[in-house]
Amino acid sequence: MITFTHVCKTYKVSKRDAGFSSAFKALFHKEYEHVTALDDVSFTISDGEMVGYIGPNGAGKSSTIKILSGILTPEKGTCLINGLIPWKNRIEHVKNIGVVFGQRTQLWWDVPVLDSFELLKEIYRIDEHSYRQNLEQLSEMLNLSGLLKTPVRQLSLGQRMRCEIAASLLHNPKILFLDEPTIGLDAVSKLAVRDFILKLNKEKNTTVILTTHDMQDIEALTNRIILIGKGRILLDGSIDDIKEGCDCTEEALAAFYRSHNI
Amino acid sequence: MRKYIAFFRLRFSMGLQYRAAALAGIVTQFVWGAMEILMFRAFYQADASAFPMTFQATCAYVWMQQAFLALFMAWMMENEIFDSIVNGNISYELCRPINVYNMWFSRSLANRLSKAVLRSMPILLAAVFLPAPYGLMPPVSLPAFLLFLITLFLGLGVTVAFCMLVYMVSFFTISSTGVRMVAVSVVEFLSGGVIPLPFFPDPVRQVMELLPFASMQNVPLRIYSGDLSGPPMRHAVFLQIFWLFALIALGRCLDVLAMKKITIQGG
Repeated sequence: MITFTHVCKTYKVSKRDAGFSSAFKALFHKEYEHVTALDDVSFTISDGEMVGYIGPNGAGKSSTIKILSGILTPEKGTCLINGLIPWKNRIEHVKNIGVVFGQRTQLWWDVPVLDSFELLKEIYRIDEHSYRQNLEQLSEMLNLSGLLKTPVRQLSLGQRMRCEIAASLLHNPKILFLDEPTIGLDAVSKLAVRDFILKLNKEKNTTVILTTHDMQDIEALTNRIILIGKGRILLDGSIDDIKEGCDCTEEALAAFYRSHNI
Repeated sequence: MRKYIAFFRLRFSMGLQYRAAALAGIVTQFVWGAMEILMFRAFYQADASAFPMTFQATCAYVWMQQAFLALFMAWMMENEIFDSIVNGNISYELCRPINVYNMWFSRSLANRLSKAVLRSMPILLAAVFLPAPYGLMPPVSLPAFLLFLITLFLGLGVTVAFCMLVYMVSFFTISSTGVRMVAVSVVEFLSGGVIPLPFFPDPVRQVMELLPFASMQNVPLRIYSGDLSGPPMRHAVFLQIFWLFALIALGRCLDVLAMKKITIQGG
């Protein structure tokens, strides 16, 4: 159970015009702007739910994921995940979650994938039996068997992403945060990843929160979407609330963004 | 504890796989050591009595320093750690049930040890077979040798604990280049990396020996060469232990502060 109540988060961003003279000016006087990433955001997600968290670039999606995973501390508001406040009980909390950041890597670059997995096994104190079982299951579902002995630097993006997802699930997390997991994947890998997430949710009742710009991901995976723009929640409902009978999700979403001026 | 040992293992085995780098390192260190000794030889020929250490002790100091370079050189900090802070990959590390300070500490230890293991043996072997007084003399006594080993590890601990401070400060400054440059030059000079500390004039040296930098390579290298013994040696070992704990405590405070106000760069 995830409850997120009245959360606010702002960033201090330094700004200047392009060019030499403004760079020189900034030496003496730096201008900062406070950018609101999250402005009074609240939602509740129950166990076993799959939620699509969408919004235009810079809407605050990643900030939310980071707060949920205990990395960032918000200025205001509270968040309880299975009874823990993520940023206060970080170490306790992260034992039960898995996170995939689509644009980053958690695997060690120069060593085979298996080495990274073994390290995660120690970090999460996974016992030998469930590690073997999970690894087998994951490598079958994500089709990893040929990749595990390859150094990560020699994997393609799609291959690596499948390994990243497996790495985040080795410890059987109850909640999975996916931050753009299908970024840069080819059609086959995308479908494989989607199938896998669906199966995971069905079989293990894992709560999944997914941010993406790929509307097909959303349609294939989630019943519920939370739409955020300029740090505020604009819609908490189903994808049909946006489509309103229109066939093309992408266009409907763009129209929705435009109508809300975000 | 086991997770940090696992970290250590992975970093260690990773360090062992860079064979070409190790070979290049060995050659560089050997040539560098030889050049340094030739330079000292010129000075000693002018007036050997003007120096606080015998020529043989200085040669031993230089060879040991070159062999265990990877343990003590501040510039051998891990770029991956700085990168992860700058580009935000740190977010993954924070999603794990581990303490960042401990994790990086074990990682740096492993990195330095794996490099030293690969490089030290060939240099030491070659130096042993050089004719006296240019070569590496055998240890003065067995107890001195054991003490050398203990203080070697203490010195390694102090060096890593100091580098941890630089990593931690990077959380606050975004770019680490400045802090790094200052830290590296200061350590190099004040730890006896350029010339051994006994070569400095007395008043300066007395201050320098109290600083944490003197607790790095200075102690083990001078114990091996027999230059440091008796009460001053005991004093130096106590200082090493003190600085090890003090630097770790300071680093952990910075860690707590950094975790509170961290921002992740790059979305």
